[in-house]
Amino acid sequence: MARFRGRGMASVNYPIGMNLGGDPSQALIHSNPDGKFTVALSAIDLGQGMKQVTRQVAAETLGVPIEDVYVDTADSDTGPHDMGSFASRGTHRMGNAVIAAAREARGVLLEAAAEELEVNAADLVTDGKGNIHVKGAPSRSITVRATAQAAQFKQGKTIAGRGIFLIPLSSVDPETGEMNPNTAFAHACLVADVEVDDETGEVSVLGMSSAYELGRVINPKMVEQQLVGGAWMGISHALYETPEPYYPNPDHGPRDFNEYLMPGPGDLAPYSITILERPAPDGPFGGKGPGEMCANPVLPAIANAVYNAVGVRVNDLPITPEKILRGIRANGGAKPQARRGGAL
Amino acid sequence: MAKVPVQFRLNGSDRAAFADPADSLLTVLRRGLNDFGPKYGCGQGTCGTCSVLIDGELRLACLTLAASCEGASVETVSGMADGPNLHPLQNAFMEHFAAQCGFCTPGMLTAAKALLDRNPNPSREDVIDAIAGNICRCTGYEPIIQAILAAARTLPAQRRS
Ligand code: FES
Ligand code: FES
Repeated sequence: MARFRGRGMASVNYPIGMNLGGDPSQALIHSNPDGKFTVALSAIDLGQGMKQVTRQVAAETLGVPIEDVYVDTADSDTGPHDMGSFASRGTHRMGNAVIAAAREARGVLLEAAAEELEVNAADLVTDGKGNIHVKGAPSRSITVRATAQAAQFKQGKTIAGRGIFLIPLSSVDPETGEMNPNTAFAHACLVADVEVDDETGEVSVLGMSSAYELGRVINPKMVEQQLVGGAWMGISHALYETPEPYYPNPDHGPRDFNEYLMPGPGDLAPYSITILERPAPDGPFGGKGPGEMCANPVLPAIANAVYNAVGVRVNDLPITPEKILRGIRANGGAKPQARRGGAL
Repeated sequence: MAKVPVQFRLNGSDRAAFADPADSLLTVLRRGLNDFGPKYGCGQGTCGTCSVLIDGELRLACLTLAASCEGASVETVSGMADGPNLHPLQNAFMEHFAAQCGFCTPGMLTAAKALLDRNPNPSREDVIDAIAGNICRCTGYEPIIQAILAAARTLPAQRRS
């Protein structure tokens, strides 16, 4: 008849993307007659920020204002091929493909501007505000818009670029079984404090604290947004969600959101996050991407915290009150473990 | 079944549609009147993304018979902005990154508006209570709670007194 506090920790070494048969992403960029650019890709944005990352990476590489880049992820039938939005691969794989496409398009853009200014393209720079000028002579300049129009209507040129980024298939060494499907790893460590009621078996998450190393953070607010939302999903996986509580028996499974449990806005735990940046050598501007690992460390950290609180090791998710009470009974009572560390 | 005419005010304009007597308000809004603001999530009253205001009261459009709205005033998220000027809640949702996929957003905004309309000075608990019927899969709710609290702070002072 008591509530026991426990602390658990988990660390993650997370491979960015997976590689089943070679992992390519493609992007295409072209300029429109108004001097704005369209990036076409098939990486779908469900709210993770693929469009925003693409926009930032493309604008930075092209040397144009971010407002002048439009991202079209509309159609995986007609767009350039991509493996998909999964395994936290979007920023890393697609970001690199977008850089490649933007570099090629920038080359044509500068060639077209050079022709108009009657200079060498190698002497041209962009100011990121929609102008191209001769290095050291800002007065000898042309707008990106005028360049795009000259290319299209006078020079008969398409200002466009193609990009692909491929992590090639890594074959398995027949002797050792070794393979190297990944080139970038992100890292995280998370501490969770919980309270377990030994009478009801209920767990409340009191607070969490984490550090994430994600390479260069391309959009800090969106990274924070993903980490906060993902941690909630981690709590949900750890303590609530299951489609088949008596797997593989489908009886008594949830049929709707009244029965499929998820934590609501009243079940949130205070969460503090520290972001560390160690740019990835092969990432777009050093980026890796948070993705799935937002949720990953929460599950083992909570499982460890429950063990720390009452001495019950639950090996299958979710960690329901029933499983905890059965564990407490099997142990002959709650067995709180040694407490480590100070206040969260 | 024979269609019946339904007339109500939608975001301040008189609108009419022919509806099956069993059609939900959500069906009539989306299919009949092309107002795609309220979303079809579960269709059974458990997710909240179809939320609308009927005569100022928060209602689930998927569980409301369209025919019962005859003569009523229906507000959806589509009518929330004042021309090009977003509602303070919409601005706050953007500033606080309170939407990821955005599927819950119409219902969240509507539930939040219903709250601020009757309580311009809500506590965190009031906000949680107000959105407890709305499921969000992406944000972890915290950014939504923060956005609603921030929007309340931007309301004109006389409304808050
Ligand atoms: S669609 Fe109405 S509550 Fe889910
Ligand atoms: S933002 Fe995706 S469901 Fe709320």
